[in-house]
Amino acid sequence: MNQNEPILRMRGITKSFGPVSVLKGVDFEAHLGEVTALVGDNGAGKSTLVKCIGGTYSIDAGDYLFEGRPVKVHGPRDSAALGIEIVYQDLALCDNLDIVQNMFLGREQLNLVRTLDEPSMERLAGETLASLSVRTVSSVRQKVASLSGGQRQTVAIAKAVLWNSKVVILDEPTAALGVAQTAEVLRLVRNLADQGLAVILISHNMNDVLQVSDRIAALYLGQMAALVKRSEVTHTQIVELITAGRSGNLGLPLSTTLSSNGAAL
Amino acid sequence: MSEMTDSRAGAAPVVTAAVPRSLGESFYNYRQRVRTGEIGALPAVIGIVLLLIIFSFAQTGFLSLSSFISILQESAPTITLAMGLVFVLLLGEIDLSAGVVGSTAAAFGAILSVKHGIAWPLAIIGAAAFGAVAGSLLGWLRARIGIPSFVVTLAAFISFQGAQILVIGSSSGQVSIGDKILLQLDNGRLSPVLGWVYLVIAVVAYTAVKLMQVNGRRRQGLASEPMSLLVLRIGALIVGGAIFVYFCNVDEALTWQQRQGIHIRGVPWVVPIIAAMLVVLSFALDKTRYGRHVYAVGGNDEAARRAGIPVRLIRTSVFVICSTMAAFSGLFLASELNGVNTQEGGGNVLLLAVAAAVIGGTSLMGGRGRVVDAVLGGLALAILQYGMSNLIKGGNASAYQYIITGIVLLLAAAVDALSRHAGRSTS
Ligand SMILES: Nc1ncnc2c1ncn2[C@@H]1O[C@H](COP(=O)(O)OP(=O)(O)OP(=O)(O)O)[C@@H](O)[C@H]1O
Ligand SMILES: [Mg+2]
Repeated sequence: MNQNEPILRMRGITKSFGPVSVLKGVDFEAHLGEVTALVGDNGAGKSTLVKCIGGTYSIDAGDYLFEGRPVKVHGPRDSAALGIEIVYQDLALCDNLDIVQNMFLGREQLNLVRTLDEPSMERLAGETLASLSVRTVSSVRQKVASLSGGQRQTVAIAKAVLWNSKVVILDEPTAALGVAQTAEVLRLVRNLADQGLAVILISHNMNDVLQVSDRIAALYLGQMAALVKRSEVTHTQIVELITAGRSGNLGLPLSTTLSSNGAAL
Repeated sequence: MSEMTDSRAGAAPVVTAAVPRSLGESFYNYRQRVRTGEIGALPAVIGIVLLLIIFSFAQTGFLSLSSFISILQESAPTITLAMGLVFVLLLGEIDLSAGVVGSTAAAFGAILSVKHGIAWPLAIIGAAAFGAVAGSLLGWLRARIGIPSFVVTLAAFISFQGAQILVIGSSSGQVSIGDKILLQLDNGRLSPVLGWVYLVIAVVAYTAVKLMQVNGRRRQGLASEPMSLLVLRIGALIVGGAIFVYFCNVDEALTWQQRQGIHIRGVPWVVPIIAAMLVVLSFALDKTRYGRHVYAVGGNDEAARRAGIPVRLIRTSVFVICSTMAAFSGLFLASELNGVNTQEGGGNVLLLAVAAAVIGGTSLMGGRGRVVDAVLGGLALAILQYGMSNLIKGGNASAYQYIITGIVLLLAAAVDALSRHAGRSTS
């Protein structure tokens, strides 16, 4: 695989729910070692695209390429087998279990007598948190109920990277966090990319996006308005891409945005 | 809290479990857990001690050997039923039918033994199988069809009272047990020697398991509890166990009876039987993948589903376990009452078992509870009832007993609700 070739590439993806066409021929890609921000207004189709990647939704048409090869993803198990992990906004952690138990939920390690191998799970969990330079958690045997929002996000992300994943997708990880915890989670996001993973970050916060991403993909009413390098755009241009689908010579042709706008009205 | 751990060059320190390094630290950690709402069985233990003190001051002879043995034997049906209910409660479900299903299963086993002359082990297996089948029906209705467990098991509570009459036969209204073993399940006593043998086995097994755990953690480079705490625990088991077996082995028979070879002594059968059930069920909950998944489904079933856990299968299985344990409970009750009548297992048998689990520290909201809760809560309840029956006399005695038992259940549920608030993070 070429260094510049994306690990994940979606080509001409369409998805509709009955008569409602949500994704209209979307192109998208993510690269190893990079954070790709996926931005767009409410209802643009970000979560739908992510669920197509994760296999929760099947795509109507288009190509799904992983490591350059076309693949068929029919469910969450297929995407997990490829090495794609999704951290949903509602996190889905069990409050009554501790950090180790949550990180290994559904994939518990067993010892020779087929019982839970707690010591090695505890060690692996600790090492994973350390590899992400997590300092805010005091004990891996803490119940998740006692963690703050940022710490919970940390556990969910650590859970996603525990499985040698190649692509980690985060749906609005900083939405409910304060300043310090947002900074910690963004550091974690950057850290994942620096370790060589492909990270896809959905966010409505332009500061977060500009601070941490390498590429920015702007969805506009189910169409990919632009997929550009972070260094090539300004704050204003991204906002215009999100709200109008185009900015100067970037974005969708004038005719499509007008017609889409007309359809949306 | 400053957590000092070995850091490797460049990397951040590995986050470890905050394992106490000394006895003092262990006690400090325990206090800390209690303060954040993880009180577990503490109320039940305090309750047991308080009740013993109150009753022994209020009535002379309460702390006698015979009352001690009766409390153990009378608590057995409730404890067994409550152990099964813990699984159902862990998922935030309820099984209102367990008492009746248990007695119907026991009646089935008794009929097998009395009418068909089937040997006692097969009669017990038959009763357990009856329970398991009933439980899988309940679980299927709850998990596959999606009827709330309150409704499913309320319907079963009513229907199985009818089934019980049919199994026993409406003309007789009662099956009396003839088999010696089945009769002695609840009343039997071990020989003095066997009591000591079981204690030695328990101590050796406990020590071996604990040492293996320490060794396993050491191999992964993890810290373990201080050795002093382990020694303290084993010491407590030896001393407590020895005192227990010694007193159980004191012969209560009169001198002339003893001369004729009649003895009333020995550890009650129910003690090793319930201990064995406790070990097996706790093992299933704490050490196996299945148990982990039960807790996960009880804590957040959506998270469990996304983690690939077969949620509906787990939900069905807890009803099977509960009804099977109910069958054993029914057999204890049948032994205590020398047979099964058409009313057995009804009334508030089930609610007392729920109370036992909750008093022991199992949450009604799911996600939190252990099998040992059933034992401690059941003992506390048995002491309360035994003490009251001797203390409160007169025409209204049973009225007051109902009222007090109900208030105790409310208190336990309140403690559960309040500790959940304390456990929530303050962010
Ligand atoms: N299961 C569904 N059935 C019908 N329409 C759907 C379904 N899921 C999403 N949609 C529609 O698809 C569009 C895109 O939704 P999506 O959740 O992908 O947006 P989003 O970009 O994630 O928005 P937000 O920023 O608010 O999360 C919306 O108009 C939504 O109503
Ligand atoms: Mg969304």
